[in-house]
Amino acid sequence: MHEMSIALSIIEAVEAKAREEGAERISGIDLVVGKLAGIQPESLRFCFSAAAKGSMAESALLQIEEPEGIGECMECGRKFPVSFYYAECPECRSLKIGIVSGEEFTIQTITIAEEGD
Amino acid sequence: MCDTCGCSTEGGVVLRKPGETGYHLHIIESDHESLIHSHDEAHSHDHSHHHHHEESSGRKVLLEQDVLLKNNLLAERNRGFFEARNIFALNFLSSPGSGKTTLLEKIIPLILPHSPVAVIEGDQQTTNDAERIHALGVPVIQVNTGSGCHLDAMMINRAVKELELQNNSLLCIENVGNLVCPAMFDLGEALKVVVISVTEGDDKPLKYPNMFHEANLCILNKIDLLPYVDFDARKCRENALRVNHHLEWMEVSAKTGEGFDVWQQWIESKLKQR
Ligand SMILES: Nc1nc2c(ncn2[C@@H]2O[C@H](COP(=O)(O)OP(=O)(O)OP(=O)(O)O)[C@@H](O)[C@H]2O)c(=O)[nH]1
Ligand SMILES: [Zn+2]
Ligand SMILES: [Zn+2]
Ligand SMILES: [Zn+2]
Repeated sequence: MHEMSIALSIIEAVEAKAREEGAERISGIDLVVGKLAGIQPESLRFCFSAAAKGSMAESALLQIEEPEGIGECMECGRKFPVSFYYAECPECRSLKIGIVSGEEFTIQTITIAEEGD
Repeated sequence: MCDTCGCSTEGGVVLRKPGETGYHLHIIESDHESLIHSHDEAHSHDHSHHHHHEESSGRKVLLEQDVLLKNNLLAERNRGFFEARNIFALNFLSSPGSGKTTLLEKIIPLILPHSPVAVIEGDQQTTNDAERIHALGVPVIQVNTGSGCHLDAMMINRAVKELELQNNSLLCIENVGNLVCPAMFDLGEALKVVVISVTEGDDKPLKYPNMFHEANLCILNKIDLLPYVDFDARKCRENALRVNHHLEWMEVSAKTGEGFDVWQQWIESKLKQR
């Protein structure tokens, strides 16, 4: 299951950033996981809580934003929602569709716990 | 515990070479650590205070970092190394048992008169595949991923340092048999080849669209079995092309050698183009 190794790399990345910021504890992580990214947010959450044990992100709240897939027809330019890599243009029936959104997989922000904040 | 040296590395990644019983190398986490740090300078600092979500109080710091950034940077380093030495690297992906190793066993002797070949074999536990390639007399290294279900750029980076790669050669990377995760990890290869066999469903491309979307070439293997199985090759090809209209398609049998002339030509023309 790749969500586990991905959870571990998220923790590595946020810990590195937190250290850079001189922080000791991460209270929140905001992720963007597009619906076409090939990641199950639920199994990612599950793996994350296991992987975060003993790390700076142990008690971090994971917020996951899931942008919808949006395709653009390469024949007529029409943009429309897609749930998979294959789709048919609702305008001209073309199958030549480019993906313009939904493949995102980023760590947007971390929240650093601070005394008295 | 590692069964070769008895050290306490648990479930980690191990490199092994056929014919060298004493040789093995653990890829340990501290290596990962040192590499992440060297890549971290580039990010902008944002010390502004935001309080969007009351659940997690504190100071919000902007990262906007690709989750797979570390892997992708390392993959680019691998790619640079391959380009500098004119090594053409192919990443072979498939579900288990579709015939990747057999395809390599059969194609390598056909390529060898024209170009040196080396192989990186990914597998969770065994060195069986590497032994089979070793029998052909080409440099091969086995990457045992333990519980890991895919190869990543770090493993390739390490494996390449242990392989005597020649300039102007072909490097075949056999990924772990799994149609989900390996598609997400760039290894630094030039092209991805997805292998599917006629004993699987012709709807495979629709079930695992990410894999087919990422691939450059799809090889349908075991076509010698077509008379005995309920598999519609034309439908499978259509499904694959729906997911990825740039995908090249080839039909072969690693058992009979049918279709290999086309495949050999494909590789040789790519070797010339690089
Ligand atoms: N009939 C037939 N059998 C094949 C063909 N190619 C491979 N096989 C058989 O399929 C089985 C699996 O082949 P492998 O080459 O080990 O498959 P693989 O993809 O390397 O398997 P993993 O590394 O375990 O994922 C073996 O028993 C092969 O002999 C083919 O073209 N036709
Ligand atoms: Zn996986
Ligand atoms: Zn259209
Ligand atoms: Zn194999």
